[in-house]
Amino acid sequence: MGILEISGVNKRFGGLKALDDVNLDIAAGTVHAIIGPNGAGKSTLLNCLVGRLEPDSGSVSFNGHSLLGVKAHQINQFGVSRVFQTPEIFGDLTLLENVMIPAFTKRDGAFKLNAWPSVDGESEVRDQALFYLEEVNLAGKAQVRADEMSRGDKRRLELAMCLIQDPKLLLLDEPTAGMSRADTNDTIDLLKKIGEEFNITKVIIEHDMHVVFSLAKKVSVMAQGTVIVEGAPNEIKGDERVQEAYLGGAHL
Amino acid sequence: MLGLNSKDQKLFLVVIVVTLLAPFILNPFPENSELAQFNAGYPDLMQRFAIFGIFAIGFNILFGLTGYLSFGHAAFLGVGSYAGVWMLKLLSMNVVPAIIMSVIFAGLFSLLVGFVSLRRSGIYFSILTLAFAQMSFALAYSVLTPITNGETGLQLALDDPRILGVSQIDGSIPPTNFFGLEMRDGFELALGPWVFTLNFGYYLCAVFVLGAFYLSMRIFNSPFGMMLRAIKTNQTRLPYTGMNPKPYTLAAFVISGMYAGLAGGLMVAMDPLAGAERMQWTASGEVVLMTILGGAGTLLGPLLGAGVIKYFENIFSKINDTILYEWFSFMPDGLQDVFVFLIHPFIGKGWHLTLGIMFMLVVIFLPGGVVEGGQRFMRLFKRGDKGSKSSGDAARSASPAE
Repeated sequence: MGILEISGVNKRFGGLKALDDVNLDIAAGTVHAIIGPNGAGKSTLLNCLVGRLEPDSGSVSFNGHSLLGVKAHQINQFGVSRVFQTPEIFGDLTLLENVMIPAFTKRDGAFKLNAWPSVDGESEVRDQALFYLEEVNLAGKAQVRADEMSRGDKRRLELAMCLIQDPKLLLLDEPTAGMSRADTNDTIDLLKKIGEEFNITKVIIEHDMHVVFSLAKKVSVMAQGTVIVEGAPNEIKGDERVQEAYLGGAHL
Repeated sequence: MLGLNSKDQKLFLVVIVVTLLAPFILNPFPENSELAQFNAGYPDLMQRFAIFGIFAIGFNILFGLTGYLSFGHAAFLGVGSYAGVWMLKLLSMNVVPAIIMSVIFAGLFSLLVGFVSLRRSGIYFSILTLAFAQMSFALAYSVLTPITNGETGLQLALDDPRILGVSQIDGSIPPTNFFGLEMRDGFELALGPWVFTLNFGYYLCAVFVLGAFYLSMRIFNSPFGMMLRAIKTNQTRLPYTGMNPKPYTLAAFVISGMYAGLAGGLMVAMDPLAGAERMQWTASGEVVLMTILGGAGTLLGPLLGAGVIKYFENIFSKINDTILYEWFSFMPDGLQDVFVFLIHPFIGKGWHLTLGIMFMLVVIFLPGGVVEGGQRFMRLFKRGDKGSKSSGDAARSASPAE
């Protein structure tokens, strides 16, 4: 039984069938990639998992909890963290504060009127935040405003914000979108390193085959709102249906 | 000490000293000199500095920290005022129950308004709060006349019950007091040509403004305050960080509403009457001006902004043409007329024009308000002092205020 089970999920936007009977089973401890051409429904599926969209029918369950109709912040409290396609961080705050915030929500829950104690007194959370900044090689910039950093640094910051919550499931939405080859390789190395240190199940949505084949243990290929092929990376490479989905039938 | 870092401790110490010595600091000119009209150290105005300071400090928690621009905060001040006057009418002339009930009623009302308005953000939130405030104003003016006494405003009367006190003393309404200490009382201190007024009412306001300032410092430095700043910066990220923004924004809204209620309660403690115009949108706009003028999102800004605006309102508006003619009396007749003609629109009733120009200049050249102006000035000073080494540090420390 997988940590995340998606079965028979449908989602329509008006006349467009964005998700058509999607079934997926993500095993605990694995790195599972979801690939597919533009418009295949990958992002819609991800949004159905984190509470941003609600499927029309079907079921999504995570670690025994049904995620249907559950609010985004509650899903996060169950242990699901996500990285956005364009980094979503707290631009006006320092890196340290950015990483402390998810640590506070992990410790205090979705709301706590913690208005009297000083942040300076929260040395435990601060040390933890510094540790995770170190993990993503940003420790030297702890006091810098987040908006002043490069895009690659922002991504690493977002990753640290997810990791500090010690999530059971980490969803990465195109973690290398818009990056140069060198930055992409850095990200792959970082994700590999994190995979070795922390046992977190990861789902990666990705265009870049290089990333997918370097990281994923299992790959699901989506096209036109449904999963067409599933298997190990090597099996997927040669599959005719995959090539057809990507290249419209022209054989390589 | 006090759970503050050393920088805030210093700031708080300065604010305490300035607040307690305000009757002296604000009266720099001898009583009989020509410049005495610029003295602001009389009780009525000092009380207003403190009261509007509290109002703006509370508003800053919602606007400066959380990023929600409310255009209806005067409604909470008004509700607090009405609640306060009713306590003075029903219970006693002691200001303590009046102030407590002001805060409670304003808090409850802001809970209701916030619950509805916070379903939207940005401009829609502002419009909703504005609508609520105008609605409250209209209700207080007409339908709710039994409670608010409509146009005339709610006043004390000789036949009020005052069950814990007395209805009247020798045929007049007893003055407001703090356990016997009358708010209008005080000492006059004459030092040479200077006269300083130490008024009990002002010192009660001073205690509250210091408490309000201290609480706002605690909130700014707390994890709760950090969450509010996060809300201001990025609403998209928050739910996926496991945080529910709604109760946080509502808490900030209610806290700032209670600050407004406290300001309203102190207003009636100093001068026991409440009118509907206190809730009008111009009054809500004024607190927005104060906060921006002083520096939104900074600790000291709202207090400074409130001081500047109230000073202009009370001092500039008093200058008239006669005084101008006196100032320019050394000039030949024709030139004197020209100067008075040129300055006339900016003084007296025209003080709004002066304020408007000042506000525009601040927003354009000093988006961080008076506080940013001060920081820039200090930086110039430091650079001259220690050379270019410290400029990097100063730039970094100044950036959060922007």
